[in-house]
Amino acid sequence: MPNSLRGQSHWLLILPPLLFLCIFFLIPFAFAFKISFADSTIAIPPFTKLLGATPDGHFTLTATLENYRYLVTDKVYILSYIFSLRTAFFSTLLCLLLGYPMAYGIARSSRGTQNILLLLVILPFWTSFLLRVYALEGIISEHGLLNRLLLWVGVINQPLRIMHTTLAVYIGIVYSYLPFMVLPLYATLEKLDTTLLEAAADLGTPAWRAFLDITLPLSMPGIIAGSMLVLIPAIGEFVIPALLGGPDSLMIGRVLWDEFFDNHNWPVASAVATAFLILLVGPVALYQHYQMKEAAA
Amino acid sequence: MRRPSAPTPALAALGFGMAFLYIPILVLIGYSFNASALVTVWGGFSVAWYGRLLHNRQVLDAALLSLEVGAAAATCAVVLGLVAAIALVRIPKFRFRFLLAGMIHAPLVVPEIITGITLLLLFVSMGQMFGWPKHRDFLTIVLAHISFCMAYVTVTVLPRVASADLDLEEAAMDLGAGRLRAFTEITLPIIAPALLSAWLLCFTLSLDDLVISSFVAGPGSSTLPMVIYSKVKLGVSPDMNALASLVILAVSTGVGCAGWLMRRADQRRIKDMNLASAESRLGV
Repeated sequence: MPNSLRGQSHWLLILPPLLFLCIFFLIPFAFAFKISFADSTIAIPPFTKLLGATPDGHFTLTATLENYRYLVTDKVYILSYIFSLRTAFFSTLLCLLLGYPMAYGIARSSRGTQNILLLLVILPFWTSFLLRVYALEGIISEHGLLNRLLLWVGVINQPLRIMHTTLAVYIGIVYSYLPFMVLPLYATLEKLDTTLLEAAADLGTPAWRAFLDITLPLSMPGIIAGSMLVLIPAIGEFVIPALLGGPDSLMIGRVLWDEFFDNHNWPVASAVATAFLILLVGPVALYQHYQMKEAAA
Repeated sequence: MRRPSAPTPALAALGFGMAFLYIPILVLIGYSFNASALVTVWGGFSVAWYGRLLHNRQVLDAALLSLEVGAAAATCAVVLGLVAAIALVRIPKFRFRFLLAGMIHAPLVVPEIITGITLLLLFVSMGQMFGWPKHRDFLTIVLAHISFCMAYVTVTVLPRVASADLDLEEAAMDLGAGRLRAFTEITLPIIAPALLSAWLLCFTLSLDDLVISSFVAGPGSSTLPMVIYSKVKLGVSPDMNALASLVILAVSTGVGCAGWLMRRADQRRIKDMNLASAESRLGV
């Protein structure tokens, strides 16, 4: 068979996914980038055209950097970006602190128990994310189970205010993303060579020392993978701050949503999206770097 | 080899973590049978909320739309994602390879809200330029869902495509099968379980999506998560408790069946292998 024909038939495989992703993934960013330089107007759609034509056939280009200036001068954008990073970081840390011993416990149980425990960790992932966040409300709200339990035991005299605070956002993120933390940690802890720990124990190393010197460093790939799987979606999270957070839980996803649906300011929303995407490149590049190192090892 | 057993703190965390994951869900299921609409009062056992849910046209229409969108998006995403995986595995060098690989992996890390905004701007701009799409409805939601689900398909299917034995396909072609036939009869059955799990993953992701759908859906087409969001945003709503319980029941049944089928398939494969080795030993 002539080689050229094979070369051409390859494009039958390459072109459909390539074109689809170009049109429905790449080009949309170009539009967002373009509209971030437009002015907002009261019209459908609510932004001005960048390219125009005068009656005598000349092209005009009207672009403005006003939206980007707005991002820097109006504090709400910078504050919400920092708040998102901070919230995502601390929730990831909480997730790790809970997820690590859980994964450790699963990895050390018998084969049969392991399968059941893993199934229990994965099962919530298949149910609706939105309904799970909503379910949390039944626990942490003013009349929720937690408050009633604490009042009944007598630890507190009046209900704790957790709902509609930043603490509720932390709890929500840990609750929703815990499976993503536990699974990669389990995968590395399960593969861990236990003979190393036996050797350390034979040499008289205390268990906590063996954990710090052997288990923890060897499980680093799982820690990084799990943390990134929680951190990256948590930064852009919308549902959790919108349903559980208070008016001060201004995460960037929520600000973008409000800018779009409540203020109808599409150009500013486009500028926020563009800036956010550029700022997100850092953590993602870091993740890719570790993934590459992991793949090479 | 005996594994060293887990230390007490790990077991305590495991217990706490499982309780943390499941208590909210169990409480929700409990509330769904509460005759009273108030969470503070137990008004006796009742299935009234389930009845109300089944007569709620808005919820039923939205559920139907979501199921249709999920099935259509998952099917298209599996086909496109599989084709992309084959291209990336079997064609070592081609122009735009880097671009394709990048666009496959990027949606996994781009926040939903940004995907949603950019897709809406695309549909609006295309509507201005070409007059299509005129309305944002079923089709725009499906297209948006395909674009974010495809990445998950390629990522899950790629290792299976890479490990499939090319020699078998070549043997089939030597025996006169066409390239396509060799693929569909040899490799496709081998990777079918991976395709099925990718389809289920996409279906779930699509059914669950609120953010992207909210941007690309028009006024007349609300998916189930959009209806749920607008209801629970206002606080506790008992018919949503009933809905959540039904979703949990459906998912647990589905996962249980899948587990049972997989175990049965495993056992059958083991039996087949034993049979085959016995036959070969006997020289049959």
